[in-house]
Amino acid sequence: MEPILEVKNLTKNFGGLCAVSNVSMTINQGELIGLIGPNGAGKTTLFNLLTGVYEPSSGLIELNDDGQKIQLGGLKPYKITGYGISRTFQNIRLFKAMTVLENVKVAMHKNIRYGTIAAILRLPSYYSEEKWVEEKACELLKEVGLYSKRNEMATNLPYGEQRRLEIARALAIQPKILFLDEPAAGMNPQETADLTKLIHHIREKYKLTVILIEHDMSLVMNICERIYVLDYGKMIANGSPEEIKNNEFVIKAYLGEEI
Amino acid sequence: MRKEYLTKENIAWLLLAVGSFVICSLLMNLGIINSYYQITLYNICINIILAVSLNLVIGICGQFSLGHAGFMCIGAYAAGIITKMMPNFGGFVLGILVGFVLSAIVALIVSIPTLRLRGDYLAIATLGFAEIIRILVQNMKITNGAAGLNGIPQLTSWPLLMIGVVVSIVVVCNYTHSAPGRACISIREDEIASEAMGINTTKYKVIAFVIGALLASLAGALYACNFYVIKPSQFTFNKSIDILVMVVFGGMGSMTSSVIAAIVIGIINMVLANFSEIRMIIYGLALVAIMIFKPTGLLGQRELSFKKLFSSRKGAK
Ligand SMILES: Nc1ncnc2c1ncn2[C@@H]1O[C@H](COP(=O)(O)OP(=O)(O)OP(=O)(O)O)[C@@H](O)[C@H]1O
Ligand SMILES: [Mg+2]
Repeated sequence: MEPILEVKNLTKNFGGLCAVSNVSMTINQGELIGLIGPNGAGKTTLFNLLTGVYEPSSGLIELNDDGQKIQLGGLKPYKITGYGISRTFQNIRLFKAMTVLENVKVAMHKNIRYGTIAAILRLPSYYSEEKWVEEKACELLKEVGLYSKRNEMATNLPYGEQRRLEIARALAIQPKILFLDEPAAGMNPQETADLTKLIHHIREKYKLTVILIEHDMSLVMNICERIYVLDYGKMIANGSPEEIKNNEFVIKAYLGEEI
Repeated sequence: MRKEYLTKENIAWLLLAVGSFVICSLLMNLGIINSYYQITLYNICINIILAVSLNLVIGICGQFSLGHAGFMCIGAYAAGIITKMMPNFGGFVLGILVGFVLSAIVALIVSIPTLRLRGDYLAIATLGFAEIIRILVQNMKITNGAAGLNGIPQLTSWPLLMIGVVVSIVVVCNYTHSAPGRACISIREDEIASEAMGINTTKYKVIAFVIGALLASLAGALYACNFYVIKPSQFTFNKSIDILVMVVFGGMGSMTSSVIAAIVIGIINMVLANFSEIRMIIYGLALVAIMIFKPTGLLGQRELSFKKLFSSRKGAK
């Protein structure tokens, strides 16, 4: 299998704090990867580096875009998104005062082919493109089971549905790689089970490479093919769920040094 | 004509625009709106353009601008100077176009460096630039310094003014309800998420700001060619605040409420014309009251929508 994303010696310092330290990863096309680690290990910071929210202090992020090698380090987030990389946020960042449908439409932006002038003058391209956008956005909402709520304000959705809307929005980008930051946080067991199904489903359907951060170990061990473990910014382990469960460094990191 | 244009809502909007035009024309012809009230009416129209365009920047895109009067000033002087040399319709159009070009250039210079950053840098930059414009105008020969321009030909007719108002509202509303408009709203809602959804946030902030500047410049041109006289002292920070009050008072993000606020404030200004000190106190108190009791403005983000009106009636049947 060919690596789609390669991270080499990635480091991020916040002043004196080294939140991500010399991290290397190889992600293959189509894999479902788990990223785990104790609170404050640097998981979200790593996602923020990979999606351009932060600029790396050092190190490389290399995307294989159909055979072409692209350096993502230091690119603006919207450019990285343009290469087919999308994400959800740990502390949900929906467009609160927009409807569920509009939230999805925003994410389809880069595929909409009319500009400001056509919008203001209501040229034919506006109507044809908007029609297509509407259909596609509705289709995605059906996929995550939010179609009946399409005209509600995003902020009025219950927590679990907000998380699913974030996934629908991330899918609207038509990504190749999807980063999910704690998608099951705050969900009840039933919602988590539905989410697991959803992740499997979208991965098959859209041929996605998925990388997810999760504290719910049953979910991670259940669906991930390979797991990376971060602790204090360092990558301490990498392997199959079985290997990770029995790795002494991982056990130490989670249970503390003094056993 | 394409069938998309001939929807019930669009026809209703057209009727509303034509209706207000006809009614005001009739009232003016009958002398019920006398020449004194007419000044108020014209001012209200110009303020509607200013409020709606500022609302695009502040209410839709979430970028705080404190220099709207600066763009109005550019438009007013461009039209004033050119129509004094060419006192005909062609000169008026040319004046408006020159105003557009100048305000677009200034808007780009002010916004590109500041809108790359997150935070309220734009507010500070626009505050400064509007003062610079005013001081330039006050000291240049072509603008006749502090005395301002006199005897500008009155080329702004009532129909032209109404067209200006309708065009401005249509431009802003069409823009808002489109993909670029959605991009702007998403920036207001959450800039980090917006960028993560593939939106070049700087670009869309700049576009909204430039459209706002162009419309303010149009308002300035209509103003100059209606009131014969323009002076630098008409385009101070106070004027920017006047416009801001209309936007905040009505409700940020709602064009309906900007229009209503412009009308209500226009009438209050007329009634209180002889008590201008009291007027500023009332403004101040009203702003504080709004911030405390209804921070989203009187109407919040609600819009007058014929679409909803029609569909709710259908539902009732
Ligand atoms: N913008 C920032 N400025 C300074 N320090 C930061 C910043 N972002 C994160 N940190 C620090 O970096 C470390 C890693 O944080 P991060 O959010 O990546 O952890 P995490 O693994 O996602 O934890 P959690 O499981 O709690 O979400 C923490 O110590 C955090 O305080
Ligand atoms: Mg985190």
